Formats: sequence, structure tokens, C-alpha cells
Amino acid sequence: MTRPAVLTGKHFMHGDHACAEGALAAGCRFFAGYPITPSTEIAEHLAARLPEVDGVFIQMEDELASMATILGASAAGARSMTATSGPGLSLMLENLGLGVMLELPTLVVDVMRGSPSTGLPTLPGQSDVMQARWGSHGDFAILAYSPWSPQEMFDLTILSFNMADRYRVPAILLADEVVGHMVEKVIIPPEDQIEHLSRKKPSRQASDDNFQPYLVENADLVPPLAHAGEGYHIHMTGLTHDERGYPDMTAETHNRLVTRLFEKIQKNADDIIRVEGYELDDARIVVVAYGCTARSARSAVLQARAKGIPAGLLRLVSIWPFPEKIIRELTQNVDHFIVAEMNLGQIRLEVERVAHREVKGVHHAGGAMIPPEPILAAIEEVAK
Amino acid sequence: MKPAIVAEKHPLDDLIRADRMPHIWCPGCGVGIIMRCYAQAILDSGIPLEKHIIVSGIGCSGRVAGYMKLDSYHTTHGRAIPFATGIKLANPSLTVSVFSGDGDLAAIGGNHLIHAARRNIDLKVVCINNFNFGMTGGQVGPTTPKGAFGTTAPYGCLEQPFNLPTLLKACGANFVSRWTAIHVRQVKDDILYAFSKPGFAFIEVLAPCPIGFGKSNGIDDGLEEMEMYRDRSVLIQGETFNDEDLVIDLRSEHPIYVGRFVDRDRPPFAPAKVVQS
Amino acid sequence: MKVYDRTPLNLDRMLVPRGRVFLIPGRCKGCNICIQFCPKQVLQESKGQNARGYHYPEIAEGKEDACVHCQFCMIVCPEFAIYTDAGEEVAV
Repeated sequence: MTRPAVLTGKHFMHGDHACAEGALAAGCRFFAGYPITPSTEIAEHLAARLPEVDGVFIQMEDELASMATILGASAAGARSMTATSGPGLSLMLENLGLGVMLELPTLVVDVMRGSPSTGLPTLPGQSDVMQARWGSHGDFAILAYSPWSPQEMFDLTILSFNMADRYRVPAILLADEVVGHMVEKVIIPPEDQIEHLSRKKPSRQASDDNFQPYLVENADLVPPLAHAGEGYHIHMTGLTHDERGYPDMTAETHNRLVTRLFEKIQKNADDIIRVEGYELDDARIVVVAYGCTARSARSAVLQARAKGIPAGLLRLVSIWPFPEKIIRELTQNVDHFIVAEMNLGQIRLEVERVAHREVKGVHHAGGAMIPPEPILAAIEEVAK
Repeated sequence: MKPAIVAEKHPLDDLIRADRMPHIWCPGCGVGIIMRCYAQAILDSGIPLEKHIIVSGIGCSGRVAGYMKLDSYHTTHGRAIPFATGIKLANPSLTVSVFSGDGDLAAIGGNHLIHAARRNIDLKVVCINNFNFGMTGGQVGPTTPKGAFGTTAPYGCLEQPFNLPTLLKACGANFVSRWTAIHVRQVKDDILYAFSKPGFAFIEVLAPCPIGFGKSNGIDDGLEEMEMYRDRSVLIQGETFNDEDLVIDLRSEHPIYVGRFVDRDRPPFAPAKVVQS
Repeated sequence: MKVYDRTPLNLDRMLVPRGRVFLIPGRCKGCNICIQFCPKQVLQESKGQNARGYHYPEIAEGKEDACVHCQFCMIVCPEFAIYTDAGEEVAV
């Protein structure tokens, strides 16, 4: 008896499996990847599930191939994804840039582990955050969400696909090994309650020879996407190109194109950004955290409140684009920001940049979840 | 003497992006010749144009994608084959061809080449082998014959080149052939044959590169290299031969063997499917 | 009139194309491959040049009727610059 794509109901589910089920619920029918701890369970789960729903699973020879393959599948119309960890993301960076340049939506799930290099394959880290944003060469923008539970592994995978399709850009799901490997309650809604945002289609007919694949006619800066085989005879190239898609390697076209790709995400940031606030309304001390660290941060904030300290938590559900407006708004009433993260200060740099003040960091290079204690200690220290 | 009749349009102009002609390849370059063979094969195939997809890598050979009036994808260096794999597996009704050069396919793309052949993915790969990295100025590559010169081998290439047909045969490709740019009819016929044959097809075409390779190796222009191919190529047809014979050695009198080397019917890659119960 | 060892039976019905050569001069890059490989040596390099300075081919002296529309120039030209058609068909 084969299972349907959407396993509506209440589950006690592994984080990586929840991500895989979220992909299926979002209509993803293509996975190409390479095994890497701690994301391998996503591949293994989809190897069993995709054939049940008429999808395609292929294990590629390396991460370089995986990234190229999912872009090709996307060009042919499929919602495609891969799953990896830090070392694999490093290998995928060049083609991530290709995805940005061709404006092909796809999803890369990065279940972060101890880095750099081979690091700690089986233990958590959160140090790929800047790499996701700036790792590929050139100026570009992507979107990245960070789940803090298996439920969010499910929900944010669906959101990532929707946003990637809506804005024609690769999305990265920045999970960590804790969230990927924990088992928790996951509620999967009925299929008709799952939001599905489609890619913008060309308004012209294929027989109209004048379709320009990169002509933008809306303020959202997103051109419509014609898929392979639809008859539009488009040309997509990683070279700097004009509205026809033809290589046009001039400084003027380059500046225009790269600026549009950058602004496509910046201008639509409000639609992409998701945050969650705890006790923020009257908070004078705000802890900024994401992923598994946010769980400890929330505990620390609640303990601080119990001691009468006006602390709050800003949980970043989306990391990129960075929620600059929200941070700036908070600077009006907040005396101190604290950033707790399992790296040596990557998001702290962003908060400092936006808030224009020094920010206290609770950092650890990775390997074990940051417990609430050091975060509470930091809150108490600044409260003095 | 009499001038030829001046025309505005070539018979294949509907298949190419005529608004971008003349193309960028050097006088005497073989890439344009092979592109024309490909365009003719597409016309002769009877498969609707929208079903033909071309994916290419980086290099002079990779620029073919930009001149064909099909859904065309000019991807990153060495990664055309996995990109094409994604397209084909996501939409198996498409006929997906990969156009690339010896450097793109066999150097940086080598791993993807052998795995796609091993899996027998249904792709038609045309490898334009001009023995060097032409676009970047004539550096040696994995198919540069031993002793030939290149900008990164000023004392002569010290390495043995890949024997591509034997490599692809060992990997399990369904169809492997080699021709030169002078064998225009055979190249077109093989591309056409490959369109109708499921599985991994690899057609190596030796081509002149007068500026990148010829200039450093005593071949004055594309015409001279075409004449060399005409004079030195030997057709192997149904005879037994040693795999080592297929290695290209330009210094000696060793012939350049051409022909169809592998033509078998292993089943092409198909993803797992669970029958609904 | 050509002399044959054995006269072909359909000699009186055989028609040979008197091909016409068409050229897009702006695309030619003067590689001379068509000139060299034409089996009837119909072509030669012209004195004229296109906008990029290349000498495109022209019909050689005495070769005005020599083209037989074998199409080799078309299939070997790298530039999509030259082709033939059958023209009128004449008796052998």
C-alpha cells in the first residue's frame, strides 16, 4: 500500500523526515543529492517516498552534480531540492550562483554541523549562516529560513518552495543537526490547506516570437519563467545577459542585471521575512537567536522575566534577507541586544551593523547546543 | 569569374539565432561546422523543435547553445551533463543534447561524464575535441596529444591524453563514435541516430582550433587541419582493433581512427517507481 | 560529350543540376574550406572583402556551369554563409 504525498495527521517525527515530508506536501517531485551527515536521512526518506508519488530520486556522484541537476530539473518545471551540510554547501556554491543568475528556483537544505572543514559530522553548528548569504562569488541575494523544530522543518520547507518560486531564486533552509535529528510532534494539515504559490508564467503565447525571458514588466522585479519544452525557445546563460537572455558583456548591462537580482530580494524583503517575538513589547534587553539556540534563548528569557528582568527574544525564522527594519524599530526602546548563536559571531555582525551599537554575543564554535545558562548570565550581566 | 548570388538568409536560419550571426568563432574553427551538422540533424529528426533541448558548458564549444534557436542552457564549467540530467529526468519527453568541449567534459566535467555514461542517462553528448582549452587562449587539456604544445606546456605536453572512446566504452555508454570535422555527413548521421537511440550517446568530433592549438603546433590554419584530418583519418568499420589504437598521436604517422565504436542497447537510466496498489 | 566504356542505359534521361551558389558575404571569415573542398573546384577567393576584411568566395573563371549542387560547401561551412540550390537541370 503506497502512501499519499501529504500525510495529513499528527505525527511524532524526525526533523529530517519532517523536512522531506514538507517537500512532498509542497509538490516537490525531484531530489538529487549526495549523502552527508547529518542530512542523509532526508535523502534516504525521499528515496523511499518519491517513487511512491511518481517523483524522481537520483543519488548523484557529488554535490557539484547535485546542485547542477536540481537547477536543470527546475528549468524543466519541477520543484526540486537537495539536502546537504556545510562541506557540501561549499561545493554547491558555484552553481548556487548559476541559479541566482539564471533565476531558477530550487531548495538547498543545509543541516548545519560543526565546521569548518570536516569538523564535527554528527554534532550541531550554526556557522554556515554567512556562507549561505555571501559564499558564492559576486553580489547576489538569496533567501534563507531557519527552523527550530521538526514542525518548522515541515512548515518552512513549504514556505521556502513558495518563496523560491515566487521570486525565482534558490532558497536555502538553514537547519542544524539538533533540529534535523530530534523527534517531536509534527502536525501535517490536509492538502487543501497547504499554500502553494506558483511561478509566474509568461503572458505571451509560445508562438509569439518576441518573448524575452528576462524582461521585467512588474515592480516586483521578477520576470516570468518559461520552462524547457514549452516552445518559447529561451536562452539561459550564466554570462551577463540582456532581456533576451543573450550574452551582453558590457559594464552597463552587468550593473543593471546584478542590481536587479540584488534588489529583487531586498525590495520584496517584507514578504519574505518571518520573525517570532517573545515578550518583546516591553523588553529592554533583546536576545536575537535562531534554530536550536533559540530554544535555549527562550528558556533564558523566561527565566530572566521570572527574576524581573525585562528581557525578550527575537527569533529569526528567516535569516536572509536580514530583518533590518525590525531591528531598527527595536533600537528605539531596547537598551541591549544579545546574540546567541553556535558560531563565533556571524549574525552578531549583522545586528551590530543595523543597530549601530555594540552587541553582546554568546558564542560557541559548535558541537553542542548552547544551554540557557550562559544566555541568562549574559542577560543578567547587561541588566546590571 | 562571377560573384555568387548574394543571399539574406541561409536554409538553416530558422534553427539558429540568426540575429546573433556572425558568430564568435575564429576563421577556420570547427565548432561552427559541427553546429551546422547538429542543426541539420534536428531538422531531419522529425522531433518537434520545442522538444529539443541543448545544454552546454563553458568554452568555445559551449557557445553553441547560444546560437541555437531552441530552449538552450549555457551552464557552468563542467556541469552541463548533470544540468542536462535534471532536465531529462524531470521531463523525459524531451530530447536533451549536450554540447561541450574536451576540456569542459573531460577535465573539470570528467566525473560527471563517467557517471552519466555509467548510468546510461538518455543524453546525446557531442564532444568537440580540439585538443586544448581554446576559449582561454590555448592551454593544454586532458586530450592534448603527448608532445604537443600549449601555453601551459611550453616544453611540450608531458602527459598521455585521454582515450575518450575507450573511456566511454568502459563506462557503459550505449553509443560511442568518433569523427573529425571533415566527416560532416557522418557526424550528422550519428547525431540523428543518437536521437532515436535511448541511452547515453557520446560523439567525439575532432575539430580545428587554429588560434588555440594550431598556431603552437605547426598547423597554420583551419583548412590545413581539415586536410590533415582528411589525409590521416582511417575508418574502422566492423574490424577488431586495439583500444590503444584510438589514442591520438599527432607527431607520428599513427592514423586517426574514426568510426562507430560502440552501439549497444543497454536499458537507459530510469528512476525507481513504486506501482500504486 | 563524355565517352564511357559502357554507355549507361539511362544516359539520355540523366539530368544533372547546374547548381547556383548563394553567399551571405557578411558572415564569411575567409577560412577557404569551401574553396578547397569543392569537388568541382567551382570557387576561388575573391578580391573583394566584406565589412570585416575577409575575402569571401566567388565562382572561378570557366566554372560558371560547373556546380552540381553536391552541397558540400554548405555542409562544411562553419559560418552558415554559403549554400547551393539545384538551379536548372540539364542533360549530361
